[in-house]
Amino acid sequence: MSIFIDNSTTVIVQGITGRDGSFHAKQMMEYGTKIVAGVTPGKGGQKFEDKVPVFNTVAEAMKATNANTSVIYVPPMYAADAILEAADAGVKFIVAITEGVPVLDMTRVYPFVKEKGARLLGPNCPGLITPGQSKVGIIPGRICTPGPVGVVSRSGTLTYEVVYQLTRAGLGQTTCVGIGGDPINGTNVIDCLAAFEKDPATKVVCMMGEIGGTDEQEAAEFVKKNMKKPVVGFIAGQTAPPGRRMGHAGAIISGSAGTAAEKIQAFKDAGMGVAQRPLDFVELVRARLK
Amino acid sequence: MNIHEYQAKEIFRAAGIPIPPGEVATTPAEAEAIAKKFGGTVVVKAQVHAGGRGKAGGVKLAKTPQEAREVADKILKLHIKDLPVQKVLVTPAADIASEAYVGIIVDRARKKAVFMVSPAGGIDIEEVAAKTPEKIMYHPVDARYGLMDFEAQQMGFFLYKDAKQARAAASIMKQLYQAFVKSGASLAEINPLVVTPKGEVLALDAKMVVDDNELDRHPEIAKLRDESAEAPSEVQARNANLTFIKLDGNVGCVVNGAGLAMATMDLVKYYGGEPANFLDIGGSSNPEKVVNALKIITADPNVKAILFNIFGGITRTDDVANGIVTATKQNPLKVPIVIRLTGTNEEIAMKILQDNGFSASSDMDEAVKKAVELATKGGKAA
Repeated sequence: MSIFIDNSTTVIVQGITGRDGSFHAKQMMEYGTKIVAGVTPGKGGQKFEDKVPVFNTVAEAMKATNANTSVIYVPPMYAADAILEAADAGVKFIVAITEGVPVLDMTRVYPFVKEKGARLLGPNCPGLITPGQSKVGIIPGRICTPGPVGVVSRSGTLTYEVVYQLTRAGLGQTTCVGIGGDPINGTNVIDCLAAFEKDPATKVVCMMGEIGGTDEQEAAEFVKKNMKKPVVGFIAGQTAPPGRRMGHAGAIISGSAGTAAEKIQAFKDAGMGVAQRPLDFVELVRARLK
Repeated sequence: MNIHEYQAKEIFRAAGIPIPPGEVATTPAEAEAIAKKFGGTVVVKAQVHAGGRGKAGGVKLAKTPQEAREVADKILKLHIKDLPVQKVLVTPAADIASEAYVGIIVDRARKKAVFMVSPAGGIDIEEVAAKTPEKIMYHPVDARYGLMDFEAQQMGFFLYKDAKQARAAASIMKQLYQAFVKSGASLAEINPLVVTPKGEVLALDAKMVVDDNELDRHPEIAKLRDESAEAPSEVQARNANLTFIKLDGNVGCVVNGAGLAMATMDLVKYYGGEPANFLDIGGSSNPEKVVNALKIITADPNVKAILFNIFGGITRTDDVANGIVTATKQNPLKVPIVIRLTGTNEEIAMKILQDNGFSASSDMDEAVKKAVELATKGGKAA
């Protein structure tokens, strides 16, 4: 079992002929992901890697394949429209990898996607992987291995770091999800926690957060009220100076809401394990699997 | 991207918001001339990308042109939060009957642009939020419809009982929203919005932060960037497509990804060290990026050891290794370097490093510990 994707997931790649899209489409295919179609306006009728049909629009791709998922690698200025197009065509799970999508674009996209009943992951996220079954996005497949740990994170390489430490220690994963660090994104930490709570194969959840915002405090509140499964948390940016943006727009400390200390306290209050550093996940997870 | 008050005022004025005139001076003599032209009392305001200008002595009244000259001289010598003041805005002092606050910010939680308005203006809005939260009205805007007239009026009447003033404020809010959207801003603020004794509603200050991701769409806004008003190391990093923030410690960090970069800084502290910077070389790195990163880091005399922490996903670790080799050939390092590489093309990267006399580890904790040790003891090169 897993969350959001498994070996029955069928995927459309939006931007399949672009530099990033083609590279990662190949990687996903090698991993075993069922890529059923690609979309690049103007390149309809071509075949990607002699296998995958390319369409001009998502609507056409959907008509031909009825895929349940799409993954977006189009440039930032066009990414919002690509998300709207996928939602309008009836795609139920949209994973937007693109980094640098203007935040005001997302204020228009979010309500539209919601009204269409679709789930959006990202933008500016590494996507997700259910080890041994399917990966949608850019998480390196070989650092993951199947097992009982659910992973959810706001960042990319930090997710890799933790997953790598878990895999090295023999602790496999059900699904690893990177929700992305943008101020406005689709799926949030709580959505993932709720899905992991329902997934019978997931026994422990690891959650990596960052300074800025109140997502982690709300997630901790959710853990306290709604979760029976143990959760281990980590906050990156404990030493970041207040008021400075550290790459992700998410990492802004405004006033007192969003400091690492505040978030870690919220984790403790919710009875969660707290990792001081990525390596600590290994022992904390192991103890909770017993 | 931050823009200056005088630039934000030009954008707001173009949107129709009533703002008293003002001109920019870079020397005390220019400030004097501008004050003479306006006549009467003027305000001299530091143009610098830092909050708390007033408290830092960067905003002063001057009753005469001579006084404007003296005040400008003092302000132009100031550093506010380490940033030098290079320009002042000289503007006629307005008579003020009351001060209000109007701001728009993109709110993560509501996933919308949200208006914040308060009749308690002229002071720090965070302070109002903490002490008298009932004095703030929050109003989320549905981006698909924009700010509607009745919504603007609701906020206008929250600020003012007088219908004429409320309507004037409502119209200013609609104009502010237009300027906000048109500029691709993530924040737009008028603090204070004042009512004069004659009953006019005016914006006396203006602040705008533009979403960096919008700059490709708005070349006219991108042009407003004032690189002389930013820390030189941060300008250099941005031009090299790196995200860099200078800190006070002595372990220089080069990392890929913001989350891992922050976690690396935290780990430096965990092992008893202090990070000298935040530096994210981003996703698809090429050797050139690494060369630039090393240039920026080694320019900081506080740095006693350099730590690379690279988890290759999109980033190819052999690119990073090549970058390290090239950079250190161009400019031999004067401080020890500790390299941690793992992920995409790790074997090739390790070989490149070994062939060039570097050692590298694949373990993050081990590398950080070693870097901290070298930085504190001033140890020899690895």
